[in-house]
Amino acid sequence: MLYYLVRRILQAIPVLIGTTFLIYFMVFAMPGNPILGLFGDRAPNPALLERLEEQYQFNQPFIVQYLNYLGNVLQGNFGLSFSGQSVNEILARTFPVTLQLAAIAIVIEIVVALALGLISGLRPGGIVDYFSLGFSLLLISMPIFVLCFIAQFFFAVQLGWFSPTVGANTSIGNMLLPGIVLALFVIATPIRLARTSVMETSRSDFVRTAYSKGLSRRRVVPVHILRNSLIPVTTQFGSDFGLLIVGATVTEGIFNVPGVGNTLYQAIIRGERPTVVSFVTVMVLIYLIVNIVIDLLYAALDPRIRYAK
Amino acid sequence: MTRLLEVVDLEVGFRTGNGVVKALNGVSFTIDRGESVAIVGESGSGKSTTAAAIINLLPGGGEILGGKVLFEGKDLAKASTAELEEVRGKRIGFVPQDPMSNLDPVWSVGFQVRETVRANGLATDRAGAKAKSIEVLQQAGLPGAEQRFHQYPHQFSGGMRQRVLIGMGLAANPSLLIADEPTSALDVTVQRRILDHLDSLTENSGTALMFITHDLGLAAERASKLIVMYKGRIVEAGPSLEILRNPRHPYTQRLIAAAPSLASRRIQASGAGEVAPVASGEQQAALEVEQLDLASAAEHRLQHEDARREAGDAIVVDELTKVFKIRQGGFRSTEFTAVDKVSFSIPKGTTTALVGESGSGKSTVAKLLLGLETPTSGAITIDGRRTDALTGRARFELRRRMQPVFQDPYGSLDPLMSIGSIIAEPLTVHGVGDRASRRQRVLELLDQVALPRVLAGRYPNELSGGQRQRIAIARALALKPEIVVLDEAVSALDVLVQAQILSLLAELQEELGLTYLFITHDLAVVRVIADNVCVMQKGRIVEQAATDEVFDNPREQYTRDLLEAIPGASLLAS
Repeated sequence: MLYYLVRRILQAIPVLIGTTFLIYFMVFAMPGNPILGLFGDRAPNPALLERLEEQYQFNQPFIVQYLNYLGNVLQGNFGLSFSGQSVNEILARTFPVTLQLAAIAIVIEIVVALALGLISGLRPGGIVDYFSLGFSLLLISMPIFVLCFIAQFFFAVQLGWFSPTVGANTSIGNMLLPGIVLALFVIATPIRLARTSVMETSRSDFVRTAYSKGLSRRRVVPVHILRNSLIPVTTQFGSDFGLLIVGATVTEGIFNVPGVGNTLYQAIIRGERPTVVSFVTVMVLIYLIVNIVIDLLYAALDPRIRYAK
Repeated sequence: MTRLLEVVDLEVGFRTGNGVVKALNGVSFTIDRGESVAIVGESGSGKSTTAAAIINLLPGGGEILGGKVLFEGKDLAKASTAELEEVRGKRIGFVPQDPMSNLDPVWSVGFQVRETVRANGLATDRAGAKAKSIEVLQQAGLPGAEQRFHQYPHQFSGGMRQRVLIGMGLAANPSLLIADEPTSALDVTVQRRILDHLDSLTENSGTALMFITHDLGLAAERASKLIVMYKGRIVEAGPSLEILRNPRHPYTQRLIAAAPSLASRRIQASGAGEVAPVASGEQQAALEVEQLDLASAAEHRLQHEDARREAGDAIVVDELTKVFKIRQGGFRSTEFTAVDKVSFSIPKGTTTALVGESGSGKSTVAKLLLGLETPTSGAITIDGRRTDALTGRARFELRRRMQPVFQDPYGSLDPLMSIGSIIAEPLTVHGVGDRASRRQRVLELLDQVALPRVLAGRYPNELSGGQRQRIAIARALALKPEIVVLDEAVSALDVLVQAQILSLLAELQEELGLTYLFITHDLAVVRVIADNVCVMQKGRIVEQAATDEVFDNPREQYTRDLLEAIPGASLLAS
């Protein structure tokens, strides 16, 4: 088990380095000089331009810039943004907010998807099954920003249950609405997957044997059917995390959440290499950690994986 | 006094896309307390459906359409869920067919036994439940039950899992135990141990046993009463020995005639004669029975034997060894010798059987011979040429003269290719003939394996298991090979179909002078098909002799064990 964990962590290292390189290269390859952009309409002062280019190392060849950056990151220094702030500080300010948003969304996703999937899988063709089919079809065909505006308009503006934007107050109650919207964005696939998985498990031999032993439905469903059905669904939750980050960027913009999405969007527009690359690197890191956790969860659910070396 | 179980006019149907398909048509029988009853029939005859209907656990879409299942006077067909839960496990135990899929893979074995114990009120507290569970496992004959309590099903072998399932079925001392093919997934020797154990357990507790099997010999050996099912009906029922000696229904007669046993001798094409087609309807079964009396064919054999000896060896295997590396995690690995210095030779035009339990290395020998694995050491000589020296073209040529037929007729045919293209594929690969002549050859081959020519345009999923195996044989014969390697080629088939395929193989051998290497775990089949036998155990050949010699005077204890384990051998012989 420990061996397995160590191997997974070692595998993450080349992935991490590879992504930083790709992102750095892509930002580097963007047309236009971002420093010039800082001067707006005015003609740049050549001396200032040179000093800024010096400071942000824009006059160096790509590979030197990249290696310098990587060296700094390894020492825990993510560099400076164009506004002169330390990127470390921006990361520390925005990531907790986004993680909180993602956590709210993930919890809602897991609870609702499992409940709907389980009930529809146990009674295919029942009312809940048809409801969840319509529900997932509707959600899967709707872009997230439409979902955001509808939720904002009805639940915040019309009904007044939530505040329409989050702003500086990032309490759970305030973040609930964007969290729900974010959950709805990813929920369709796990509902369908959970349903299929539950139906398949219900048909398996060991479930019939469990009934033949005299067990009641109340026992067979949670103990035998649900746990076995969780195995494929868990993988889905892991890969949904990537989608959540994508969705968070849009949701944060519309609900004005001071998280990663907003900041990253601005940084991309301005071509701030250190900020963009640092944000993406941390995102990739989190994504890798989540996937390792999912793998461990997988092993906890399925002893065949736990004992396989 | 009421009967223990009385099934009256039971009708079961399955809902499908095209309406309800009836699986049981008015099945009636009774089981008394302490009695052992076997239900026999080929797959699809409704025997498992009968078992599932009794405890009302029909698979999806299944429904009881009519009739009664009176258990101790109470109709289970109309019982409520709560009443059924009360009966299941506590009054009627159930041992399912496949030990591999019937234990929940994510819970420990102990957990699953303990929940049985608790659900049936055999213990009230945690400690008591655990003690009782261990006792249940010990009674079922699981060695080291206490140490293995926390292990998971995948850490158990098939035989041990089946013991766990039997333990759970018998945990509450039920008055009826339904065992649905409890050992068909297991090796003969394991099967024998498990069944002996089951016998003594049910005898001691006075439990009635309803035993479902496709193996007539096994049924007769283990049960006092036989019920023969065919297409959802009971065609014959009565005391086992009487049915075996005087089968009245034509279907039963065919079943008994087709069952290979120790009594039978090797089939000779001329003696076996016409192969009876699988009855497509009930009427056909009731019609005249074609005698597939394999035993009567034996006499012809001796005359041919001497002529064969002259021809020389088709295959010589010398000190063949195959070592596999098994990964232990990390970079460590241990070595596992699957085949250990195996030597044998097969004279041209004869059949050599390679027998042994699963894991004895028989299939690895086949793969080495076919060049699908490379030997670690040793030599294979085919028609006087060492195979290890062959490269490219010559190896390709060799494949043309040596063809395989594999065990699983479902897995070895590409489902997306028509039967015609499947049979023609070897011809295409080896560039034999043009389109028209290949097509002609396909039709010829279909004739040869006694299948209608129209099948050429059909797809594998439209055929039965027996038909598919014929297709696999036709494909193997397409290139007119001299050697055919048959790896458990009839093991997955019902006895009637098995007999047809064996006769077909014997005929083809006679006609085309083929050499067979026949790999099987079923010694009864060996007797009717093989000239020579090699018995393998743990990668080595432990005994090697002419078929009759091995059967009449087995020298090794292991061979004797294998022979003794053939179910019903003594009964059918008499």
